Amino acid sequence: MSTNYELIADLEREPSFLAKTFRDLPVVPIVILSVIIFAAVFAPFLAPHDPEYASLADRNAEPFWVSGSTGEFPLGADALGRDVLSRIIYGTRISLLVSFVAIVTGVAIGGVLGMVAGYVGSHTDEFIMRLCDISLAIPYILIALVAVIIFGQSVPVLLAILAFSTWSAFARQVRAETLVLKQLDYVSLAKVAGCSHFRILAKHILPGVVNTIVVIATLRVGAVIMFEAILSYLGAGIPPPTPSWGSMVSDGRDYLPTAWWIAFFPGVAIFLTVTALNFMGDWLRDKLDPRLRQSV
Amino acid sequence: MLLFIARRGLYTIFSLIAATAIVFFLSRAQGDPRNVLITGYFSQEIWDAWGVEMGLNKPLIVQYLIWLKNALLGDFGTSINAARPAWDLIQDRIPATLQLAGVSWALSFLVGIPLGVVSAVNRASFWDYFARIFALVGQALPPFWLGLMLILLFSVQLDLLPAGTRGGPANYVLPCVTLAWTAASGNVRLMRSSMLEVLDSEFVKLAKVKGAAHNRVVWKHAARNAMIAPLTYSGLILAAFMAGTVVTETVFAWPGIGRLAVDSVMQTDFPVMTGVVLVLTAIYLLVALAIDILYAFVDPRIRIS
Repeated sequence: MSTNYELIADLEREPSFLAKTFRDLPVVPIVILSVIIFAAVFAPFLAPHDPEYASLADRNAEPFWVSGSTGEFPLGADALGRDVLSRIIYGTRISLLVSFVAIVTGVAIGGVLGMVAGYVGSHTDEFIMRLCDISLAIPYILIALVAVIIFGQSVPVLLAILAFSTWSAFARQVRAETLVLKQLDYVSLAKVAGCSHFRILAKHILPGVVNTIVVIATLRVGAVIMFEAILSYLGAGIPPPTPSWGSMVSDGRDYLPTAWWIAFFPGVAIFLTVTALNFMGDWLRDKLDPRLRQSV
Repeated sequence: MLLFIARRGLYTIFSLIAATAIVFFLSRAQGDPRNVLITGYFSQEIWDAWGVEMGLNKPLIVQYLIWLKNALLGDFGTSINAARPAWDLIQDRIPATLQLAGVSWALSFLVGIPLGVVSAVNRASFWDYFARIFALVGQALPPFWLGLMLILLFSVQLDLLPAGTRGGPANYVLPCVTLAWTAASGNVRLMRSSMLEVLDSEFVKLAKVKGAAHNRVVWKHAARNAMIAPLTYSGLILAAFMAGTVVTETVFAWPGIGRLAVDSVMQTDFPVMTGVVLVLTAIYLLVALAIDILYAFVDPRIRIS
């Protein structure tokens, strides 16, 4: 008898916290992202060649599996004889740097403005939300192109434009979240207890919006990487010869019929990275913030 | 209702001013436009005369307001490279872009909505997995790379479709697929999740219980209500297309405004550049405004908030 009861108890037992958290853990995306971060950190040890070293003798060298290839360049060489694989490995650094700085700045600006808008309300709220609308309407690709003409291709300018293009996504969701949180009893109690506004925002509202921020940040990283790639493709991104995935595709554009690998592999790198990030973002959203599911 | 429209209209104008002001001031930050215009030897008198003629002796903000006034009257200045009014250049390119964006927009709905419905109704079926992979791939494909790979496959290898420029219907296939795939993915995802929600609601169950045919329940009762989310998203899609056309038109040598923008930047042709930004932003904002007003008509709750 007792064994039956034990069996039932066993079935009814709630899965442990860890088991719940890591249920349907997206293994493949985590592996892809780990490989990318690993490649970015250890690029000098992993890359078989100097990514910026050009040797015209090796121009358009074939990847290792094509007959007649020396196998010296695993994924082939570009029109200047630079190793495609090494450039992809070093390219992870640019993608990660760009997305990290743009997202952190976007979170800082958007998070603060969103919390203030939601918490203060009235005209402040109206003003900040209209700024958001304006930011959404600005064609950032064109602004970035104009900026390149004026300042030249420069990393700080690029980072600033990317950060400006991303803050409104955070401001909107954080504001919506803050509007809900500030109605809750513990926030009212904090007010009664005489907490300053700053303390309420930092100690009581902020912890409540962190989940939202993490989810949106993960979903936005892919968008930022894509945006940088598009700008680099158009010649408005990272200045050459620093390898960036977008500009590598652009380098291969004129050699498509004869040397398809120059444009093909960097594009695959972008695709895999963004797919993995989207997967992670969806998973985190379902775990941390299921209410966001309706938004794209 | 009128107040609502007036307020939304006011924000639209503010957004337009913000976008053009950024480009205008950026273009002036580069330095004196006379440096680009006057080549060869010139005297101080000529230099000054040009300055007065172009209004460069006035404060920057006044210069911007003059430009804005002229732009609203259809005068965007003269293109530096083509020696034609900038508005003429832009006007010539608008139909090409609108056709490309319009066809792609329609394509993204025609593919995305049915695929989203089918995948939600038949969960875990072949079509569900197909739709989900379609959406997953579409949301992560770099558009410029997709365009190049389509050219490599269908133009270079198979020699089936033309790789660029406008012409017959065949010329539309590759650029439209490139532009529409990402948007169609968004539609699939939104339609799928909102369909799942609607299929679970009481009125759909009632329709089933009272014996309505399966197809009627799915398409008439459920899908029509689930369309709200993708329709809202359609405004955002259009915004994405404004940026997307720049890339797609560059890849396929499509003679639209996106390409004109890239070309004018490369040639530092600022009258054309600022004009393009104004036109692209205006198109986006007017569509967004139209959608907002349409919504306010359909759903009274929006008017009040």
